[in-house]
Amino acid sequence: MTQLKNIFATRWGIIGVGAFLGILASLLQKWGNPGNMGICVACFERDIAGAIGFHRAAVVQYLRPEIIGFVLGSLIAAYLFKEFRPRVGSAPIVRFVLGAFAMIGALVFLGCPWRALLRFAGGDGNAIFGLLGLIGGIWIGTRFLKSGYNLGRTEKTYTSVGWMLPLIMAGFLVLMFIFPQIQGEAKNGILFYSIKGPGSMHAPLIISLLVGLGIGFLAQRSRFCTMGSFRDLILFREAHLFSGLASLAVFAFITNLMVGQFHPGFVKQPVAHTMGLWNFGGMVLAGLAFCLAGGCPGRQLFLAGEGDGDAAVFVLGMIVGAGFSHNFGLASSPTGIGPHGIAAVIIGMLVCLFIGFTMRKK
Amino acid sequence: MTTTVDARGFSCPQPVLMTLDGIKQADTGEIVILVDTDTSKENVSRAARSQGWQVKDVLEEGGQYRVTISKEQ
Repeated sequence: MTQLKNIFATRWGIIGVGAFLGILASLLQKWGNPGNMGICVACFERDIAGAIGFHRAAVVQYLRPEIIGFVLGSLIAAYLFKEFRPRVGSAPIVRFVLGAFAMIGALVFLGCPWRALLRFAGGDGNAIFGLLGLIGGIWIGTRFLKSGYNLGRTEKTYTSVGWMLPLIMAGFLVLMFIFPQIQGEAKNGILFYSIKGPGSMHAPLIISLLVGLGIGFLAQRSRFCTMGSFRDLILFREAHLFSGLASLAVFAFITNLMVGQFHPGFVKQPVAHTMGLWNFGGMVLAGLAFCLAGGCPGRQLFLAGEGDGDAAVFVLGMIVGAGFSHNFGLASSPTGIGPHGIAAVIIGMLVCLFIGFTMRKK
Repeated sequence: MTTTVDARGFSCPQPVLMTLDGIKQADTGEIVILVDTDTSKENVSRAARSQGWQVKDVLEEGGQYRVTISKEQ
């Protein structure tokens, strides 16, 4: 049983999970998701924020079932393998703020770390600036970790605390069934739907949900984390997590080639802009915020599924951050950065540095 | 002499950083690391092995893990 229990956490296990993620992300795009956005945790949480009216950017509103699946798949895996551990209390408000600024940074680049890899694997050269920014931000974060930064210990808590985010996600799913998308309608009941733009592009609900559940399950088992991949390389020269991430990129690339989704270049890439400096800058902010919060957006969803209430607060921070991003004109679009994107990145960096410098224990 | 590193309540990478600190200070001997998630247990074990230490024993007690690592002189 111990062997079986840990198979996904071995080197080959995590490479297999990376391959699974890469192939399915590419296929989700084929099945209807936006370009180089088979999976994007930041974009999809932003779409969820739009679907429930936290922002009113008409082109990015859809209650993405993949995100729901990630949390519930992880919850199922955690229960099956007796790893559900309800815990909370490690500076939740700080995690909320980090989540919000992580989202703001990611939306200046236009993608989470997963999408940065998927954009790269789809031939989008602008993703290189984002990936370099991500590594730069994580590098800054590791300096804080080395000098004693941490958010404090969690406490064991009631099982129901660990159930809060899974229940919210289950609630979202119920809303999707009560108020399903009506062709050509921008709203059904209380849910907003995009009729054009990335928010209107999606795989069939049931496929998105099943893929999300599968990925959530496997990612919980393997501890897959894009931020952790780079962090462990920088901090410990440990390539375990990185091998999963590399596998994701390679298999997404191969699948893209096979299904005709590889289009190398910089201009006219799907849901992307060409302002290199801010592709870089946005991801420095996001990378630093992920590192200070202990996980990439995907990992935070999987942690929340296994009972981590602080990771759940980070997720809610990201969803609220998406609201701010679009309401305040911080998010980029294919034409370039938003009117206040630069100011937001600078403020976000200052906030992250404040958190990093002032929360150190020797 | 056995030293104890209490990493309960911390999530990655703190337990690994604390373990590596412990290894640095002890150089050889035995270290007991207390963690409370499976991820931390795996990460701490992996980090110890990468430093040439052996994972002697992993005990589960009440949802927590007691990982004993050692290195001969």
